[in-house]
Amino acid sequence: MRRNLWRRFSSTFAMGVVYAFTALALVPLGLVLWFTAVKGLPSVTHLDFFVNAQRPSGIPGGGVANAIVGTAIVVSLASLAAIPIGVLSGIYLAEYGAGRWASWVRLASDVLVGAPSIALGLFAFALVVVPQHHYSAIAASVALSVLMLPVVIRTTEGAVGLIPNGLRESGLALGLPRWRVSLQLILPAAAPGVITGALLAIARAAGETAPVLFTALGNQNLVFDPTRAMSTLPLVVFRDALTPYKDLQQEAWGAALLLMAMVLVINLGSRWVLRRQIRLARQL
Amino acid sequence: LAAAVDSARRPASIPRPPDRYRTFTAVVSWAAPAALILIVVVLFQQAWPSVTRFGLGFFIGTEWNQVTNHFGAAPFIFGTLVTSALALALALPVGIAVAVLLAEPGAQGIRGVLGTGIELLAAIPSVVYGIWALYVLAPWTLLHIETPATDHLASIPFLGGIPRQTSLFTAALVLAVMILPTLSAVSRDVIRAVPRGLRESTFALGATWWETTWKVVLPAARAGLFGATVLALGRALAETVAVAMVIGNRPEIPGSIFSPGYTLAAVIANEFAEATGDVYQGALVELGLVLILVTLTVNVLALLLVRSAQARPSV
Repeated sequence: MRRNLWRRFSSTFAMGVVYAFTALALVPLGLVLWFTAVKGLPSVTHLDFFVNAQRPSGIPGGGVANAIVGTAIVVSLASLAAIPIGVLSGIYLAEYGAGRWASWVRLASDVLVGAPSIALGLFAFALVVVPQHHYSAIAASVALSVLMLPVVIRTTEGAVGLIPNGLRESGLALGLPRWRVSLQLILPAAAPGVITGALLAIARAAGETAPVLFTALGNQNLVFDPTRAMSTLPLVVFRDALTPYKDLQQEAWGAALLLMAMVLVINLGSRWVLRRQIRLARQL
Repeated sequence: LAAAVDSARRPASIPRPPDRYRTFTAVVSWAAPAALILIVVVLFQQAWPSVTRFGLGFFIGTEWNQVTNHFGAAPFIFGTLVTSALALALALPVGIAVAVLLAEPGAQGIRGVLGTGIELLAAIPSVVYGIWALYVLAPWTLLHIETPATDHLASIPFLGGIPRQTSLFTAALVLAVMILPTLSAVSRDVIRAVPRGLRESTFALGATWWETTWKVVLPAARAGLFGATVLALGRALAETVAVAMVIGNRPEIPGSIFSPGYTLAAVIANEFAEATGDVYQGALVELGLVLILVTLTVNVLALLLVRSAQARPSV
């Protein structure tokens, strides 16, 4: 009897420990969100922060417009390459993905997700910066597109795989060729999931620092030419945070808050869309 | 007659048009494996000046001198291994606890909040972790963990010395937070793949929740949990900027975990843009090559473990 009491007590105790550890896991999330918001807010409440380019320490009115534009350009160029290739590869895996080759593609993209992002930077440096003899936004896009590719592939495969076979079969029964069934029936049905995957990949790429360090390099001026060096938001955070100047550190916190806000919006939004997609797919 | 019947049964004797769409998408899907191979080849080629000059001595050399062009990787390999191992030790109990709760049947409300929280933790850019760790976590750690620890535990090896804000320990702490999502998400999937019958029959025998979890479910998921741990290790090895901001960036093998150090990824991030000369650049790329080869091996191993754990037939 006493033994059973002990067993039940220890089980309850262990469950308490598990809950405590779980709460502990969420503490850093709360702390990071809180400190970024509190320390970043003084920066982002000025309009200058969004419309002016970076200025040296001591000169008021500096902003991160150059980095916002740079992030947009670098990530758009990367998406232009990564999203079409990723979506087509994902479709291949979902539609014809039973064979040996497909399992190699799957393994390669899963491994690529875990590849060190700094190595992707070195890769783009050797591939683009060395032959061109100067740093450029294009080089950064090459690195980021490799980073985005596996994310797009796997989310597309998941989204297309969710579409019930009935839709595919009814298309084929009507005499449509495979490519029309795939691109005009299945892909539109899977669009919310595919777009979500692309957005998640974009969010991840926009937040990366290591691959852009010695490809885009950074640039204090507002430039739109992708063959020139550019700054991105993570670069501003990284470089400014490590300076001894209070005003630049403040700028870094502001840029960090912008990044964080973007990532939060994309992630929470995509969760909502995905849940809706899964519910709709069940109804089909 | 037999031939006539046969041809009537098999309309497939009409030649099928080749599925060009399949060929096309298959060719496009070469991109991911090709990128992977190309990365390794390009890095190897760039690292060549350093590979030929230092040979295997590169891995045990402790000197990192841009003036004399003498480069050894030992301090960085040491720092990478120590911070990753420490991070894993810190994250493991928490990650498994989260995974156990997430895999638990029922408790929908908690699971939703917890799942979203863990996913957000994974989504925060590493540079944001970096600035937070530099200005918030590092000062706190120095005051509340490192100083008391060095005061009272200095006799234990690797815990003495003069504590610093930027140290191997601070870097490990940030890494622990950053690998937690990978660890708990993969562990959750692995625990979920444990056959339900196993849980239920254990409960039916009168075992408590903890006995079921600790003595039946977790051991059954052992191989997959090991895979999740290795996958998290791969993430820790590869992490760059957050570590570069708090590790102190000193290329030597420190005698204490509360002293500054350096990692493979961090030194590339800090020095590559200013590196001049074939040998210096080559040495940095060789560090990157070591890093990517190690993480790729670790990841392949982990993925195979996790997949075999999930593919097991259910009871």
